Amino acid sequence: MELLAFGKTGWGDELFYATLMTIAVSVTAMFIGFFFALIFTPLKLSKYKSLNLIGNVYTTVIRGVPELLVIYLLFFGGSGAIMYVASIFGYFEYIEINAFITGSMAIGIISGAYSTEVFRGAIQSIDKGQFEAAKVLGLSKFVQFYKIILPQMLRLSIPNLSNVWQITLKDTSLISVTGLIEIMRQSYIAAGSTRDPLFFYSFAAVLYLLLTYLSMKLINRLEAKYSRGY
Amino acid sequence: MDFDLMFTSFPKLLSASVITLKLLSVSLILGMFLGLFFAILRMNKNIFINKFAYGYSYVFRGTPLLVQIFIIYFGLGQIEYLRSTFLWVILKEPYWCAIIAFALNTGAYTSEILRSAFQTIKPGIIEAGKSLGISNKIIFYKIQIPIAIRQSLPAYGNEIILMMKGTSLASTVTLMDLTGVAKYIISTTFKPIEVFIVAGGIYLFMTFLIHNLIKYLEKKYSFQ
Repeated sequence: MELLAFGKTGWGDELFYATLMTIAVSVTAMFIGFFFALIFTPLKLSKYKSLNLIGNVYTTVIRGVPELLVIYLLFFGGSGAIMYVASIFGYFEYIEINAFITGSMAIGIISGAYSTEVFRGAIQSIDKGQFEAAKVLGLSKFVQFYKIILPQMLRLSIPNLSNVWQITLKDTSLISVTGLIEIMRQSYIAAGSTRDPLFFYSFAAVLYLLLTYLSMKLINRLEAKYSRGY
Repeated sequence: MDFDLMFTSFPKLLSASVITLKLLSVSLILGMFLGLFFAILRMNKNIFINKFAYGYSYVFRGTPLLVQIFIIYFGLGQIEYLRSTFLWVILKEPYWCAIIAFALNTGAYTSEILRSAFQTIKPGIIEAGKSLGISNKIIFYKIQIPIAIRQSLPAYGNEIILMMKGTSLASTVTLMDLTGVAKYIISTTFKPIEVFIVAGGIYLFMTFLIHNLIKYLEKKYSFQ
């Protein structure tokens, strides 16, 4: 137990901050994912074959390739790509990107592919009559989407988004390979310096279980709240 | 774009994907048995057995695969007692540690898939079996299990693909699988995009094959 003490003697406070970092990365990645989903869902639902293709390539490639490979691509390629762009504007110094940004970007791209599929499914399962009724009422395209389609889409996608959240939360453990101090990395450091890997990795597992358990409780409440009247 | 690098790294990556496939197939076979075993335990009326099976699937589905691999590979070696038993022969090899972790992980998911498949079997089918005078045991093995396996094919196909992506984590415990070799080439040449295209292409091809295999099986064993 003294291994988990707060302060200089134990790893309690370090692991606490690492847990906060995991939550921060997961939430950031989830929002980056929503941003990607916002771009790619319309592409997947578009009438045009070429736009469809772009959306399909994104979701198929990201969902078919291991997360670790995407993280390595961004970790090793990210600063190179930014430096290339910067060199066009005449800046030739070495640019190092923050591990937090690389990590949440990588996980965000992955969770975006899953979110896209969730939103696509949700929109497709909305009754056709809703679209037609919105059109008949003479609402503008924006109001149609914002006031009629979006609220229904969000309600329908809550159960599946909770799965995406669980996947995202668990995927953040993979960015420990880039050196960002989150639960997994901190446990690795603690296990290395105390030679007690079994304890620290098991404790990491408990932390993850706690996070998934608490978020499940929260999401179930949200779901109950938004499905009133159905 | 460095096409030379792509051509030279392709055979290396292809031979590494053999290890990926080996890890995948062995852990899937072990996981299938584990999954079936725990799905049957989940349907047991005894509350302790039931809760035990639920706890197993909850823990393994609620924690990242990386943690599970690290606990097995780095953690179990710490127990002095284990080092003296024959289990140590298995547990000192990263290959077997990875397989144990993958099998336990996919077993948890498979047990959930099979459990929901067992629950969706219509009671009429079991009653029909009973009215024909077939014993409960034979109803279970000859009627319920085949139907449950067919029902769970689409979900199990997803699980195979997820597991294939999961095998990439073997590279974190020094195994040179497809991702491990890809990382090695990236970190020695600093050309991540080219290597990503080749390695990602191989992964996508495997996903494509698995997807079509499951589609074929679904069609072959569909209910007419």
